[in-house]
Amino acid sequence: MSNKITIEPVTRVEGHGKVTIYMDDQNNVRDSRLHIVEFRGFERFVQGRPYWEMPVLVQRLCGICPVSHHLAAAKALDVIVGAGTGDGLTPVGEKMRRLMHYGQVFQSHVLHFFHLSSPDFLFGIDGDPAIRNIIGVAMHHKDLAVQGVMMRKFGQEVIRLTAGKKIHGTGAIPGGINKNLTIEERDELLKGPDPLNADKMVDWSIAALDFFKDYHKSHAKMLDEFAVFPSNHFSIVRKDGAMDLYHGVLRAVDADGKKILHDVDYQEYDSYIEEEVKNWSYMKFPYLKEYGKEKGWYRVGPLARLNTCDFIPSPLAQKAFEEFKAYTNGKPNNMSLHYHWARLIETLHSAEMIRELLNDPDLQKDDLVVKGKKLQKGVGVLEAPRGTLFHHYEINDNDQITLANLIVSTTNNNEPMNLAVNHTAKAFMNGHTEISEGMMNAVEVAIRAYDPCLSCATHALGKMPLEFTVINQDNKIIDQKSK
Amino acid sequence: MGTKRRILVYGYGNPGRQDDGLGIEMIKMVQEWIDRHELTCMTSENNYQLNVEDSEIISNMEIVVFVDATQEESILEYKFAKIDPSDEKIEFSMHAVSPEFVLNLSKKLFDKMPETYILAIKGYEWDFKEELSDNARLNLEQAYQFLTRKLANWSDISDNLPISMINEWN
Repeated sequence: MSNKITIEPVTRVEGHGKVTIYMDDQNNVRDSRLHIVEFRGFERFVQGRPYWEMPVLVQRLCGICPVSHHLAAAKALDVIVGAGTGDGLTPVGEKMRRLMHYGQVFQSHVLHFFHLSSPDFLFGIDGDPAIRNIIGVAMHHKDLAVQGVMMRKFGQEVIRLTAGKKIHGTGAIPGGINKNLTIEERDELLKGPDPLNADKMVDWSIAALDFFKDYHKSHAKMLDEFAVFPSNHFSIVRKDGAMDLYHGVLRAVDADGKKILHDVDYQEYDSYIEEEVKNWSYMKFPYLKEYGKEKGWYRVGPLARLNTCDFIPSPLAQKAFEEFKAYTNGKPNNMSLHYHWARLIETLHSAEMIRELLNDPDLQKDDLVVKGKKLQKGVGVLEAPRGTLFHHYEINDNDQITLANLIVSTTNNNEPMNLAVNHTAKAFMNGHTEISEGMMNAVEVAIRAYDPCLSCATHALGKMPLEFTVINQDNKIIDQKSK
Repeated sequence: MGTKRRILVYGYGNPGRQDDGLGIEMIKMVQEWIDRHELTCMTSENNYQLNVEDSEIISNMEIVVFVDATQEESILEYKFAKIDPSDEKIEFSMHAVSPEFVLNLSKKLFDKMPETYILAIKGYEWDFKEELSDNARLNLEQAYQFLTRKLANWSDISDNLPISMINEWN
């Protein structure tokens, strides 16, 4: 007998997702799939719109990381308006955008660690679901939960002051920015009342990293053996090999650390990357053309970024990076749950970068925009919190969009997320006939490590139920749960 | 005239998805109303969606009204209801959380629990457009009239209502 187990949708990740696990007649996992409902209509929707609308328009895609889309679109349009490929902006233009971006990465990583993942660490993967959540953290580790809330708030303030407003920010425009940072705004972030200032954010980021490292000491087996599998790793890096979340060249390394994509210009990304369509998923599967579908897939996001870069250009995060690299003897780290470790190192790096940028007088300069000879194609790439994000636009002589192609971070991580589910399903579900809460959460823990954002639909009240369904080989529902 | 209480009206949604922007549109109208009548005890906020840090924001308030779009079939135009703290939807999605969850977090983290309401306004269209549907706009107008009456009563200004406000209601 063969059973199919469906968990729908995945909890504590955004959007809709469904995990299907196929069991054989010995109740062992035969196969598994992570299905994701991705909205692909946006690329068609923007065709015919004036190009300069894009940085605001793309924020309609998602309420989770609108800043990443805002900046990636602006970077693509920098090319179109003749402002170069990311390094042609004025100092104030580039640094304001960087500040906005590091604010976004900081608040996103903080949310993920403190409010999505820490319950699993504090209470265990198979812990009581009644307390294995942020309310449980609030009740049993109140200081930690408050820290998370205040760090989120700080990151949101960085975004508000750089993007201009919380919703449909307009800070980045083709060729630059539309406002600088006033002295008063700078001091609000730099010298704000405790705890809402940059120094405190650096201190708390260190504390969060220490919390994880302590946990790792006592739970090394779980963190080191959960959903481990070799992969390629992909990201942008600065031209000198440094981690750079805002701008750089494309680099990929294999599971042994050998470079397989050699710091190439992302304007030509479509020469190196292809996307495979599979009939059981709406989300595509990107891979490196040169290595084919089977061997060319890769991980993106914090773990991948720490595997591709040579160093981190901020002192405290660099020290943490050296410790991280030493753990795998300098080789790429292929442990899925070490995404959390990498994410916290990036949180610290972001806090350091925010503080450094706030102390830079260039942020108060007035030369906001540059323009040059107009081109008809532009590609913008950056490292969003969840991984590499591509925006590609082409325009006609009337300045209308004729082509748009977006490859979002979660799409880049499609194959590794599927493999993580497969490894976890085999480890936790083989030999079992009933789905326990702990087993379901183990699968979700594997997916959550990648912090997927499964497309952004509207979120109006009462829209999305949570259902669990068990279906046998005859496609009959044999169990169904909802919460 | 009694003591004025600190009131927050918080609308959320994605205005790029038609009627999902009802909460944001309401905030524009309410903030204009607050400014017009110089009601210093009131403030407004907006965002794409609620999140954990909103627990800190509401912890500083005495009354909070969350405004959101709804697809609930049982709601014809709008629905106004008091809410209690709850973690009911905690496993659903943590990138966006419910008003009840935010209230619960405020209680657990900051030991504060403002009197909290949800104003759910019925929407109908959710496409990639930055304009409300005609029917949603009608519902918004009715909900606005209702909400501004409530706000005036809570702020204890109803005894000394400006003429302009009385005219708005009639």
